[in-house]
Amino acid sequence: MSEHSPGTDLRRSAPPLIFESGSPGRSGFFWPEEKGEGGEKIPSELLRDDIPGFPELGELEVLRHFTRLSHLNYAIESQFYPLGSCTMKYNPKVNEVVARLPGFSSLHPLAPPELIQGALELLYELEEMLAEISGMAHVTLQPAAGAQGELTGLMVIRACLRERSNPRRKIIVPDTAHGTNPASSTLCGYEVVQISSSNRGMVEAAKVAEVMDEEVAALMLTNPNTLGIFEKNIQEIAEVVHKKGGLVYLDGANLNALMGIAKPGDMGVDVLHINLHKTFSTPHGGGGPGAGPVGVKSFLRDFLPVPRILKKDGSFVLREDFAKSVGRVRSFFGNFGILVRAYAYIISLGSDGLEEASRMALLNANYLRKKLEGAYQLAYPEPCMHECVFTDRLQQRHGVATLDIAKRLLDYGFHPPTIYFPLVVSGALMIEPTETENREILDAFADAMNSIAREAKEHPDLVKGAPYTTPVGRLDEARAARKPVLRWEPAKE
Amino acid sequence: MEYPEGLKFTKEHEWVLVEDQVAIIGITEYAEQELGDVVYVELPEVGEKIVKDDPFGAVESVKAVSDIYAPVSGTVVEVNDTLPDSPETINDDPYGDGWLIKVEMTDKDDLKDLMSAEEYAEYVEQQKAEEDGEEESEDEE
Repeated sequence: MSEHSPGTDLRRSAPPLIFESGSPGRSGFFWPEEKGEGGEKIPSELLRDDIPGFPELGELEVLRHFTRLSHLNYAIESQFYPLGSCTMKYNPKVNEVVARLPGFSSLHPLAPPELIQGALELLYELEEMLAEISGMAHVTLQPAAGAQGELTGLMVIRACLRERSNPRRKIIVPDTAHGTNPASSTLCGYEVVQISSSNRGMVEAAKVAEVMDEEVAALMLTNPNTLGIFEKNIQEIAEVVHKKGGLVYLDGANLNALMGIAKPGDMGVDVLHINLHKTFSTPHGGGGPGAGPVGVKSFLRDFLPVPRILKKDGSFVLREDFAKSVGRVRSFFGNFGILVRAYAYIISLGSDGLEEASRMALLNANYLRKKLEGAYQLAYPEPCMHECVFTDRLQQRHGVATLDIAKRLLDYGFHPPTIYFPLVVSGALMIEPTETENREILDAFADAMNSIAREAKEHPDLVKGAPYTTPVGRLDEARAARKPVLRWEPAKE
Repeated sequence: MEYPEGLKFTKEHEWVLVEDQVAIIGITEYAEQELGDVVYVELPEVGEKIVKDDPFGAVESVKAVSDIYAPVSGTVVEVNDTLPDSPETINDDPYGDGWLIKVEMTDKDDLKDLMSAEEYAEYVEQQKAEEDGEEESEDEE
């Protein structure tokens, strides 16, 4: 009953620590005999014969150690990765091939514009394509990731309001927002006003109107929001904000649900950022780098970061002479290699392909939603967009919590979904399958989840003790956070 | 669930024990249970001023980081300095050894709109019932 893994087999024993391996005197190579007197000139107190606890191993042992560790990695190339809010879609390898073309990968970042016309053309066209997809007038590619995009967008808003001699001090953020929204607002010197969503998981215009005043610089909204629900009041909300002289910022983190279907620019959005490493299929999850281009409506163009790429007489030039610009936000042109991958992705899918990708993302999420809704309680009954959020309320009756369900999924060979986020949902399980998974995988995942729901009812202790088949069992997360041991040290004698 | 008599409570699930001009502040048993294992506490320093309804610190559990809101305005006169080393005290004894700070109140009127133990117990039950209500309507579908 307990061993059951249709997915990847995680039943591998944990390799011993490298410090626990080897034998004194063993080595992967041998130093030549010391010759000459050089060593004597180094003061003896600075020389040491031994590093306490330093592992001593042969070459093959080292190779096996790290190869075994690498097999413990979980990757989209090996299994389904339904982390809600993260858009862990597959990144087609053709993007990697294109990014490695020597014409892109061997460019010197300080090369003069006349020698990098091809690269500038790519950036110029990517700006135009992202502007078209998002419905914005202009795009800057500089920000290095989503959060820096948020900061850049807010700096643009601040520069614009200052120019109008109307600097304001507050930003409205709904309670479903990514934590980066209030963080970016605070970093940009704004005070955050939080508003709560309705019992249908949406922001309501009336709620915005309650807190909207002449001191509010902008409202930051994510659409679809982190509950995977489309904020259908967005136009009405934008009107409320605009009427009082504020701007509307869209966190484009969930643009994967909208490509080719709807444009934020048409919804009253003035500024947005796009996470290329999510929607536009550039790698993420391995430490990046990401890319967080920012799009603006035409009245904000002059505040965009410099340098800007302009087309002049058929060639591309870099211009820094924009007096109102917020300045540079990133060295060179942003994370260029990532921008090349996003360009390749957009070109290879085309406009129809992008739309189909978004539609498949919506279909996959709703498919899982339907398959799981009997066994798990939905946080909100609304149809979902690209992700769906469940709670552990039905399982709580048997003393089983979200964390237990997540741990048990490991025994079934699946990476758990995002848990305990968004914060407005108690015991949230946030599932985002993305468009790159086929029906067989979705069915296998749903079977695993449904089977865990049955186990929670019939054998709650089994779920509460999971995982059993991973290299290490249930970790004491509270103790790890309270008393972290961050470094191996030799045992004291 | 315990609701000690004599304490005052907020909707954000903080409690206050008043001794003359000084308010001892902590988080309630309900808050501690909802949060789960507390792993880190961020508190102001002695001498800092806190403002009613504004966050004055944060508790971090394995699930999330939550702000702690000031039930009253005043100046911090003492901080529970055992918490950084043993944040689990908040889970073990939320109404006793798990207290957070002591504040010299600027205005005792701040206490007026806080809830009594009885009112707070009702408030918590109501919140739980709302959750259960949603659950039942879901079951009917």
